[in-house]
Parts: sequence; structure tokens; C-alpha cells
Amino acid sequence: MANKSKKWSNIYLIFVFILMYAPIFYLIFYSFNKGDFMADFSGFSWRHYIDMFADTRLMQILVNTFIVALLSALIATLIGLFGALGIYNTKQNNTKNILLSLNNILMVSPDVIIGASFLIFFTMVGLKLGFGSVVLAHIAFSIPIVVLMVLPKLNEMNPALVDAARDLGANNYQVLSRVILPYAWPGILSGFFMAITYSLDDFAVTFFVTGNGFSTLSVEIYSRARQGIDLSINALSALMFLLSLILVIIYYFISNYSSKGSKKKRGARMVVHQ
Amino acid sequence: MNRNRTFSYTIPYYLWLGLFVIAPVILLVIQSFGNLSGHFTLNNYATYFSSGTYLRMTFNSVFFAFIVTGITLLISYPMAYIMSRLKHAQFWLLLVILPTWVNLLLKAYAFIGLFSKTGTVNNFLTLIGVGPHQLMFTNLSFLIVAAYIEIPFMIMPIFNSLIELDKSYINAARDLGATSWQTLTKVIFPMSMGGVKAGIQAVFIPTLSLFMITRLIGGNRVITLGTAIEEHFLVTQNWGMGSTIGVILIVAMGLTMFLTRDRKKKGARHGK
Amino acid sequence: MKKIIWLTGIILTAVCVLFGINLAFQHAEDTDTSTKSSGNRTLTIYNWGDYIDPTLLKEFQKETGYKVDYETFDSNEAMYTKIKQGGTHYDLAVPSDYMIQKMKSANLLVPLDHSKLTGLANYDKQFMNQSFDPNNKYSIPYFWGTLGIVYNDKYVKPGEITTWHDLWQPKYKKNIMLIDSSRDIMGMALASSGQSVNTKSIPELAAAKGKLDTLMPNVKAIVADEIKTYMAQDEAAIAVDYSGDASEMIAENKHLHYIVPSGGGNLWFDNIVMPKTVTNKRAAYAFLNFMSEPKHAAQNAEYVGYATPNRQAVNLLPKSVKNDKAWYPPKSTLSQLEVYQDLGPTWVGNYNDYFLEFKMTNR
Repeated sequence: MANKSKKWSNIYLIFVFILMYAPIFYLIFYSFNKGDFMADFSGFSWRHYIDMFADTRLMQILVNTFIVALLSALIATLIGLFGALGIYNTKQNNTKNILLSLNNILMVSPDVIIGASFLIFFTMVGLKLGFGSVVLAHIAFSIPIVVLMVLPKLNEMNPALVDAARDLGANNYQVLSRVILPYAWPGILSGFFMAITYSLDDFAVTFFVTGNGFSTLSVEIYSRARQGIDLSINALSALMFLLSLILVIIYYFISNYSSKGSKKKRGARMVVHQ
Repeated sequence: MNRNRTFSYTIPYYLWLGLFVIAPVILLVIQSFGNLSGHFTLNNYATYFSSGTYLRMTFNSVFFAFIVTGITLLISYPMAYIMSRLKHAQFWLLLVILPTWVNLLLKAYAFIGLFSKTGTVNNFLTLIGVGPHQLMFTNLSFLIVAAYIEIPFMIMPIFNSLIELDKSYINAARDLGATSWQTLTKVIFPMSMGGVKAGIQAVFIPTLSLFMITRLIGGNRVITLGTAIEEHFLVTQNWGMGSTIGVILIVAMGLTMFLTRDRKKKGARHGK
Repeated sequence: MKKIIWLTGIILTAVCVLFGINLAFQHAEDTDTSTKSSGNRTLTIYNWGDYIDPTLLKEFQKETGYKVDYETFDSNEAMYTKIKQGGTHYDLAVPSDYMIQKMKSANLLVPLDHSKLTGLANYDKQFMNQSFDPNNKYSIPYFWGTLGIVYNDKYVKPGEITTWHDLWQPKYKKNIMLIDSSRDIMGMALASSGQSVNTKSIPELAAAKGKLDTLMPNVKAIVADEIKTYMAQDEAAIAVDYSGDASEMIAENKHLHYIVPSGGGNLWFDNIVMPKTVTNKRAAYAFLNFMSEPKHAAQNAEYVGYATPNRQAVNLLPKSVKNDKAWYPPKSTLSQLEVYQDLGPTWVGNYNDYFLEFKMTNR
């Protein structure tokens, strides 16, 4: 009985994963196309990969994209984490709701609005448009998703946990670092990854706030769309995808290794609950 | 002392709120009261509320955002649940995130290749003898692609709330004779409500202003407020009208937040 | 806490490594163009994505020693906002016709000094001195084209469609794709009933919108750049699109053909201008002259696939291209076409409102 439901759940899992990866594999498949377009596979070729590496401009843009994504996601995660803690600690329910609504404003605003208003804001302040303004903008629009990912974890946390730690003589810092953060860690991590997603995907905001000599992959892809999607972009995406896959697998091995240490803590939490 | 300490951590966050949220919103509100030459006017709001076009568009946006959120939730909850029970749960979660790192426009083009008349899906349908069908520019294809994009944003918070769910509760429920269905609906689901709510917010709100997919995959059959804003900001450069719709979106979001706000939780926390 | 510090450390290390790679790239590029001499050696061009043959840029760098920063935009209006808002220093930009007029009236352009332009004589007279820029005071043409109809000969016989009005035939039910642009589609409806594509008359616009509504049963979708992919993949039989897009589609799918319907329509230009953000005029003129050379213009036209306004360059193109009436229509056809004028925000708004209403019509 249990086995059967397990089988079904595995089938479901595999099915959803196939759906999620179908377009990705489609993209990767056509990056090997001898022809120039994402249809009518006419033969295998490395041509688009060679083109891609020969295009130093594209490679430079790629590096820029990663710098912006990693840096902005990191800072957004840190700011968002403490923001979420602030909202969590707000005692008044009304204030809390207002804060949350404010937090979500950037999520509901279409990119053009965000981009245009950031552009006006940056030029008003006199900030030089370029790398700095792009990173700043990416941090700004990634913060809400981090808060949204971290906050539910905090809310779920049993307050008895914190109280118990206090009773045992833990100070604020210890409560934060030993109890709250480990508990919220999955939320923090997914906030970080979602921030990377937002940053990598953004076109409109980056377009508006970027200056001379600085561009990201999304801006390049969208501007090239008038001429049709170049398969060297496919090749690039395929490479990026494989690279991130490798990183994920490395992460998996590392976390597998380090999770042995955290088992103990989990045990401690159980005790508190009972 | 205690409060000051927490506050100092949150300074960057409040600074962000002030500079990147409140200031732009004020700018937006001011612009929404401006006409093409920048003079004060209420016309934009009057146009919005008196024109059938915009109201229908609003209805469309809410309607489709609702359906997309529903589909996403239906697919994501079981997915998150199954994943959270797996041995290397975090690894599987990363596999869910990975596809989101590939550029959206590129994925949209891949979907065109998959769904087109001579595309992979139709070839498959023909092979099993039920095709070919017109897939592109249908509400179905639009919903599929929109849900596809949003699924990771739904899975993640739900997964997070399920992953550290205390097994002891589930065991207790089982010990008390609950069936697995009862355990799911009475114990697991209520306990993961926080994650579900966060997921709905992360999906419903952005879907309201979705625009690229409506054109690329939907062929402009579905027109949402996002399309109108895009046009007012980029084509007609009537920033006043664009801002008006933006303000309305923000108000709508505030309303959604108000309606789904936590009422229970407060009691629970303070009751302790 | 440990985990967060750990994460921060890893990310910061990664960012540093990436910065290093970036510097290495820049260094490699700098030595490439040997920027020994002092002064401003960079030329910043703001153009549509992939709208120039990159080997030409390399050649220009080698020939003149200037380093080219090629930056891209995806719509005229977005480019306009960027240049108007400032904070950037583009030396050259490539807007379309009506946008040049708009930029001119917003004082965003610097007049060109014709005595510094060596290649002006190479351009075809009929593409100079257009209404949007009399005497080419501010711009010189880069590419030009038309609005027309693309059809697939698997579903539509050649010669079946010769005018805009032919699109209304019921047999094309759900088989037409339109480009998502208010000026073009409203313009097409106006031209189909013999009116000007620059009309400033509400009754005419309302009538055009009414006429479009009757086309709706034939309309399969209203899309933008992706229209090329769709047509190439046989998704629809007919598309209303620009000649530039059409050339891309035809390169992908040999069954497609492009025609310019008789009896009115749009003639468009993408011209090079010098925005007020220019900082390196000397390099900008060097580039304008470089691109005016027939050899280079022809090479660029072959790469991009659009029609070049450079008469000497046309002569260098293969016969099959320069004699193709779809790409280089005869004077008699061209004389019927109109260039879009900048109608001012109110009228652009009117066109857009009617188009939006048309799009909201139930299908």
C-alpha cells in the first residue's frame, strides 16, 4: 500500500520534472543545430559554440551578468533577511500588514514602471549610470522576494523555541545565530536563489538604469530579438545551464557532508517542542 | 537596548523601503495626476473608470491571475509535499530552481517551437493519432506557459514550510487513528498555510501584470493591465495614464494583502 | 550565522574571480586596438541589437584606432527615454523616421556638419531630404524598407494578394498574423481605404478601426518580433509585417514571399543621428564616413538583410537581391508610400487607443 503510493508519487515527480525541463532541453538540443534557427534540425554542429566563444563582447556581458546576479542576490538576501526579522518582531498587526504591503509593491509593479522610476531617481540623485546603478536596482527589486521567502519560516517557528533559548541564558545574538537563523535557513537560501532568478531574468529595469559600456545578457537577448534569436545565445544558455547544474551537484555533496553536523540541532529542537 | 539592537539590523531594509519603494510610489502617484503636458488632471482616473476597455482588461487580469495561481497551486502542492519527503530534499529543490535561470524570452521561444503547428508536441500527438491541433494562441497554451513560469515560485515557499514540519505531529495524528487523508487535510495542510499564502502572493501578484507571455504565446488574445502599462510607458509615452494603472495595481495588491492577512496568527503568538 | 558567513564568503570570492576575468577581457581588448594616443578614443554607438556586421566594427577599429562600444536597444521609444534622461554618452544612435522628428523637436540631436561627411554623394537621392529631416540636417540613412504582406505559397497562390483589401477575403479565416504596432496596423487599415497613414481625423480613424474589426475573424494573432519564428514554422499563411522582418523569415523558410501591396502604405527609414549626448564627434564622423563607403554598406546590407539606401552599394550586391522588386521596389510603387510623421503625443495616443480597442475585440 505504502509502496504503491510511493510509486505514484515518484511518477508524479518525474512527470513534473520532465515538463519543467522540456523547454530547456529543447533549447540545448537546437544549440547543436547546423542551421541557424530553432526549428528544422538539419544536422549536428559545434558551430554556434565556436561563434559564442569568438564573440568577446558576449563573453564579457556574460561575466557582467554573473557579477551582478551574485552580488545583488547576496546583498538583497542580507537586507531582506533582517527586514523579515524586523517585520517578524513588529508587535502590532496593522503595522505588520502595512509593512508587508509596502514590501510587495515592487513585485506588483511592472518592470517598465520600476525601470522608469529608478532611472528618474538615479539621474535626480546624480548617480553615474552603469555597473553601480544596475546592482543597486537589482538589489532593490530582489529584496521583496527574499522577505517573502524568509518570513513564513519565521512565522512558523515555535515561539517557545526562542523563549526556551532565553531561559537557558542565551543573549540576543545567540538566539539569532543558534536558533532563528538555522531554522530560517531554507527560507534564506531559497530567497537567495530566487533573487538570482530575478536578476538573471530582468530586462526592462536593467535596460533603463544601465549606462555606457555595461550590459547584461537579458538586455542583449531582448535587443537581438528584432533580428531573431541567435543560436549562439542558445549555446550560451546551454553552457550556463550545465555550469549551474554542476554547481548544484557540488552543493549537494557539500551539504550532504555538512548536514551530518546539523542533525544534532534538530534533535535539540524536538526536545523543546515536547 | 534590546529594541535598538534589532532596529539597527533593519536600518538597510527601512532605507530600502524609503528610497526604492515609498519614493517611487509617491512619484508614481504624482505622475498619475498629470496629463501629457504635465499639468494636474483627474482625467486619467476618469478615463480608467469610465472606459469599458480598461475595466474589461482589469477583469481579465484578475481572472487569469486567479486561474494561473490555482493551477500552479494544484501542481505545486503535491510536488512540494513529495519533494519534502525525499532523502535529499534540498537537492531536488535546486533542480526546481535551475530552469528559472535560463532566460525567459529564450524559454518562450522554445515553447513556440514545442507548441507550433509543426512542433514537437503536435508531432507527438499525430504519432499517437490524436493530432495535430492548434495549440498556439489558445487560452490553454497561455495558461500552461504562465503556470510553467510561476511554478518554482509556488513550490519553494510551500516546500520550505513542509520541510521542517515536525514529524512528531504527523506521528501523533497517525497514533490517534487519523487516516492519511485526514492527516493531510487536518494536520499537514493547515500547518503549511504560511507557505501556501506566501506562494500565492509570489504568484498572484506578479501574474496580474504579466505582459510578455500574453503577446508571445497568447498572440494578444488575452490582454492584461501589464500590456496597457507597457504601451503607455513605451509606445504612447503617456506616463500619466501608465502611472494611473500602476497605482490601481498597487491598490489592488494592497487589497489582496488586506483580505488574506493573518488574523489567527496574532492570537496564537500572543496567547503563548 | 556560520552558514551565512560561509555563503557570503563564497559569493564574494566568486565575484572577485569574475571581476578578474572581466579585467582580463578588457585588457585583451585594449591591446587589440592599441590605444596609445591620448584623448578620447572610444566611440559609443547606440543601435538595435545585431543590426550591424560585427566584422565591420572590427575593421573600423583597426583602420582608425578608435575603440567601439556597441550598445543596444529594442524600441525607438525606450531609446528616446534613455537619451532624454541623460546619464549616458552615446555618440551615434539609429532611430527610425518619426522618432528623428520627435528627437529633433525635443532638442536631442546635434546637426551634422556636411563638410565633414565624405560619402554623401553615394546615397540615392530619393532616400535623402525626407520630410522628417529636410536636407538631412540631422541624419543620414542607414537602412530603409516598407510595410507589406508575407505569404506562404503552400497556402496562398502567388498573385492572389496584391492590395491590402485582399486580406479581408473570408477564405483567410484565422490565417493572418498582424504585427503588434498601432501605427502600422491602423496605417494599413487607413491605406486600404485610400487614406493617409498620417491622418489626423477622428472619423477616419474610427472608420479604420471599424474596418479592422471586420478583419478580426481572419486574424490569428497579434505578435511582435516572434512573428518571424511563427511564420517560419508555418503557423499562419499570411503576415502583415515590415520588409526587414520578412527578409529574416524568408531566409528561414523558402515558401515565404514578400510583396508591397499597391495603393499606399508605409515607407520607413532607420537613420544614423548624433544625439546631444555625443562626446567624440571626430570618431562619430569617422564612423559615418566609414559606413558610407559602398563596400562597407554593401557588406552590412548582406549581413543584416535590409535594403541599403547607398546607391553605389546596391550596385555591389548580387543580382538576385538588387533586382528583387520586393526589396528594391520600383519608383512607381515607392511614390505611393508615405513615411510616418511624428503626430505628437495626443494623436499617437488616439492611434493607440483605437488599436487597443481593436485588440480587445472578441475573437
